[in-house]
Amino acid sequence: MKQKAMKSQSLARANRQRRLSLLVFMGPFMIAFFVFTILPVIVSLVISLTNFNMLEFPQFVGLDNYAKLFLNDGVFATAVQNTFILALITGPIGYFLCFAFAWLINEIPPKPRAFLTLLFYAPALSGGFGAVWSLLFSNDSYGYFNAWLQEFGIITEPIRWTVDTDYMFAVCVIIILWQSLGTTFLTFIAGLQTVNKSLYEAGAVDGIRNRWQELYFITLPEMRGQLMFGAVMSISGTFGIDGVITAVFGMPTQEYKLHTIMHHLHDYANVRYEMGYACAIATILFIISVIANKLIQFVLNRIGK
Amino acid sequence: MLSKVKDYSSLPEKKKQKLIKKGKIDADGNVIYHKKRRMFKSKRVNRSFAGDLFLILFLLIGGVFMAFPMIYAISNSFKPLHEIWLFPPNLIVRNPTMDNYKDLVTILSNSTVPFTKYLFNTIFITIVGTVFNVISASMCAYPLSKSKFKGKHFLNQIIILSLMFAAPAKAVANYLIMAGLGWIDTWLCLLIPALGSSFALYLIRGFVDTFPDIVLEAARIDGAGEFRIFFQVLMPNMKPAWMTLVVFSVRDFWNQGASIYIYREELKTLAYALSQIAAEGIARAGVSMAIQIIMLIVPVGTFLVTQSNIIETMATSGMKD
Repeated sequence: MKQKAMKSQSLARANRQRRLSLLVFMGPFMIAFFVFTILPVIVSLVISLTNFNMLEFPQFVGLDNYAKLFLNDGVFATAVQNTFILALITGPIGYFLCFAFAWLINEIPPKPRAFLTLLFYAPALSGGFGAVWSLLFSNDSYGYFNAWLQEFGIITEPIRWTVDTDYMFAVCVIIILWQSLGTTFLTFIAGLQTVNKSLYEAGAVDGIRNRWQELYFITLPEMRGQLMFGAVMSISGTFGIDGVITAVFGMPTQEYKLHTIMHHLHDYANVRYEMGYACAIATILFIISVIANKLIQFVLNRIGK
Repeated sequence: MLSKVKDYSSLPEKKKQKLIKKGKIDADGNVIYHKKRRMFKSKRVNRSFAGDLFLILFLLIGGVFMAFPMIYAISNSFKPLHEIWLFPPNLIVRNPTMDNYKDLVTILSNSTVPFTKYLFNTIFITIVGTVFNVISASMCAYPLSKSKFKGKHFLNQIIILSLMFAAPAKAVANYLIMAGLGWIDTWLCLLIPALGSSFALYLIRGFVDTFPDIVLEAARIDGAGEFRIFFQVLMPNMKPAWMTLVVFSVRDFWNQGASIYIYREELKTLAYALSQIAAEGIARAGVSMAIQIIMLIVPVGTFLVTQSNIIETMATSGMKD
């Protein structure tokens, strides 16, 4: 009897301790997360139902903003189309390149590896390099690409890379791909480092014949966490692309050729101060991203099974 | 080592058994796979010298493309002004000069708020912000990955979803919250949100997820408390994870420029002060390249230190279970 009571008492204490440690471990993060991330998201969802213009007190307008977005805003339709095309091209290619480069770099010895990693990570190190592209792809003969092409006699007139609608898209894809090798790439590198090395030797015994099988049955499943992370990063990166386009092509871009959802959002939030409308755009973008994420999760969960 | 032994069938039985067990020879004494001439030592399947060479060449070409704008910026920072606007432009500097860097020093020494103040601000924000970011995210990732409690799945989902909500839409609400807390015009606006970065948490959690439970269980049976397990078992093994987070965090805080929350000049950062200098037009083209290169020193330094550390950890800690 006494023993039982003691046992339940110590169990209760262990439980209390467990709860206390949970609180200490998760408390600081969760408080900051809810106050500075969840709360603003909820507030902006609410704002999307109003006509808030940052000066007057917001009025509730129901789903008017959404109705206007879909029925009355031709530019938004263009933006959605552009965003989808850009995301569908640069997203998968960028993701694949990140992994391919990380995987290959991981095969070489530590010292050249660190050097090459630095080269590949360089675009992400400084925010300022995006602007360098606008010098390289400058519309006049002082732009490097124009100057070189002219010197080799390929062209006589400088190509107006950033306003000629024939070239804008290709230039944009190159720059986005260049920029996309940052966060995801370095995460993959770290992920490859933590793959349990003994699994490879065990795999060789268990009949893994080539590097593709090794990749599919050992490396990828061991890196599932990083693959998911990379997917979320590339979704938020590709669907939310705007900064680098603005830096090179300006805003708005010629004939709205590279106008993305994020540009549209910026336009209404920071230029026209129609916050209600801007928040509605953000909500739509959010829904699109969530669906894309679900699809990718579905695919990634199948790997190595 | 293996290639030196030619005839496996003449080996003593005990050694033979050992090799069979390792999967290097089959029961008849035939070698299962040969160790070929390779550039790098590795005990894995199907590697060749040509493959390695091709790989390095391929990576170098890719690397040069990736680093191209950086090479350009470095080169331009050493060009005298007339050479920057030369036609046809040349990528590599002809008459390298330190003028751009000297000009930068002159401009900085004439600013109203002393340059060292900006530097101190940036260093302080970078260190505190990074520590907040890494510790808080790692501590929260541990139970979110390994403990069992109600609502865990829900929390994990919310954290992932929150990563996909566009930042500009949150800006108004964020400003109102900061104002409500009375934090406007203080560094708290920059530092406290670092405690709750869903990016950091999601990054770390991916690594904690693949950490073997057996090791944690063994530590628990040995009587280690949760804190000891976290700091002495989990964190040392998660070094590649949080070192990577350190790289990202230092990069972001170091490049933190003008903030909508901070008005006082003496609280502003180095990136802000330097961007003001670069914004003064074409005549500052060379100086602005010099600024970019100088701003790179700390992120690149952090990167190199952490990368060499990651490699070291992996070499010494060996297997995980």
